[in-house]
Amino acid sequence: MKISEAFEHSPLLITYICAGDPSPEATPELITRISKAGADIIELGLPHSDPVADGPTIQAAAQRAIAAGMNTDIYFEVAASAKVAIPKVFMGYYNMIFARGLEKFAFDCASSGISGVIVPDLPPEEAGDLKAACKKYGIDLIFLVAPNTPQSRLEEISNQTSGFVYIVARPGVTGARSDLPDDAKDLIARVPHGIPKAVGFGISTPEQATELINAGADAIIVGSACVELIGKGKLEELEDLIRRMKQAVKMENMRKTLTIC
Amino acid sequence: MPETLIKPLEDLAIAYEHLKCNEEFLTEYDSLLRDFAGRPTPLYFAKSLSREMGCKIFLKREDLVHGGAHKLNNTLGQALVAKQMGKTRLIAETGAGQHGVATAIVGACLGFKTQVYMGEVDIERQKMNVFRMRLLGAEVIPVKSGSRTLKDAINEALRDWAASYEDTHYLLGTAAGPHPFPIIVRDFQSIIGKETRKQILIAERRLPDSIVACVGGGSNAMGIFAPFLKDETRLIAVEAGGQGIGKTNKIAENGASLCCGTDGVLHGALTRILQDPFGQILESYSIAAGLDYPGVGPELAYLAEIGRVEPQMADDKCALGGFKMLSQLEGIIPALESAHAIGYVLNNPETLGDMAIINVSGRGDKDLATVMAYENI
Repeated sequence: MKISEAFEHSPLLITYICAGDPSPEATPELITRISKAGADIIELGLPHSDPVADGPTIQAAAQRAIAAGMNTDIYFEVAASAKVAIPKVFMGYYNMIFARGLEKFAFDCASSGISGVIVPDLPPEEAGDLKAACKKYGIDLIFLVAPNTPQSRLEEISNQTSGFVYIVARPGVTGARSDLPDDAKDLIARVPHGIPKAVGFGISTPEQATELINAGADAIIVGSACVELIGKGKLEELEDLIRRMKQAVKMENMRKTLTIC
Repeated sequence: MPETLIKPLEDLAIAYEHLKCNEEFLTEYDSLLRDFAGRPTPLYFAKSLSREMGCKIFLKREDLVHGGAHKLNNTLGQALVAKQMGKTRLIAETGAGQHGVATAIVGACLGFKTQVYMGEVDIERQKMNVFRMRLLGAEVIPVKSGSRTLKDAINEALRDWAASYEDTHYLLGTAAGPHPFPIIVRDFQSIIGKETRKQILIAERRLPDSIVACVGGGSNAMGIFAPFLKDETRLIAVEAGGQGIGKTNKIAENGASLCCGTDGVLHGALTRILQDPFGQILESYSIAAGLDYPGVGPELAYLAEIGRVEPQMADDKCALGGFKMLSQLEGIIPALESAHAIGYVLNNPETLGDMAIINVSGRGDKDLATVMAYENI
């Protein structure tokens, strides 16, 4: 499914998992369960040896996945064999894409049913070639904005991104936290209208989700909280978390639309 | 680089561009280099080594800089920039600990809170420098992620900076990483080459036929090479050959990114890196912790690609040969890093021409335990 089609039914819940954790064989089944539990988009991480934008939880998952034999070839096999109706989005570091070759990478995404690409260490200034390759295969290249992104740059990034704009909710790296800095809500307000806004980094509770949807987010991204549960083998708790997050997202939206009527 | 770091990097680039032409800033930097760091360092004619090699060899004595290595040239400069930017905290990565010590020194001297990220593996092999940093008032934070060496210490420092940029300057120690660091570090280290040029013209009335420097990330090499790039002088960059050119899918047996690496993106720069076919960064290896890095500065990679700089390798054994030879012939114990440059010279005198300069980037006191362990003493 295209990302834009999914956003016709926003607000959405986006769930991140690290491909290959605990094993490449387990990943397709995990994607199916997450989709059934209510995720609207699945972000499938390609583990990297040096994930500079990630906190300890996702770093550890990446190391487990690499140790379990995950690599880019297997990644695309796993992505292709996960047959779900929701969009699958690639998330990974630029050197892995560069090593594969941009054209081959975009082709592999398209052939394995991946409809969007997020590269957390690739600023739009350096992304021209990848953007052209993605465009050729009809893949969305999704850019990120952060609380310290200046307004003019933020508008430029919102112009350049496709699918949605990834709003980094706080300074620092990924990792579950229970607070919600004002930064995140200010940033949602600063992003121009016209492109869906998805908020991630440190989002792990239904309360945070409610607050962000209320502040104008079109999607919530949950990563480390899910990865943590997968790491502990607590898959029922994972499904439960996704159900509760999804409910928070949907309920807050209904509450919002009700007051508008 | 992650979006969160784009603004801090841009701010740093603007501040540096502004300050590098500011007379007051330069005066303060120069006086610290002179009165605190002990510059200029001598260019010493190595009589016995020259006789042995059959050509004139000079040593640029960066081992005599306060702290025991060239690293202070850069940390003083960057700390002054940080002070002008209103930062109150410094963070740094360190491999051998020399850059960590140099950062701890400026932290104490200029009044910053200082935290140094250091891989657990490196903490174990450089205990003396860890103690030195703590004595100087810096906190040493062990890095437990990844290969637990220099590259992971850089990752951890970048992660810290992404959350702390408002009051913190990331004081990167080598001419690698994202823009503007390769330029800033090269510029502050180029004092080495500027002095060398003046000194050799006074001593010999001509430029040398060759300059030899060791390369990890490339700060001492870029520092001495930069003022000679437009000349005919042969510039030889000696990388860590480690235990050989072999590699597995996780580990390279060397730290020779120029000689054995391929194009890739590491720490925000497109350069030569040691990686597997999928783009995972390999763990590098060298007896010298300061050369144990699977990447190299992007400018050196470029200069090697266009043929201006000649990359070479010296393995552990060759470096140990250089370590002993310089100690015995000249009464100078070089850092194991610098010993790679000396080892190369010992093995390849025919490539040097009639007159060569070796950059002795640091002193070897910190390495005695490593050498004793290697030799089973």
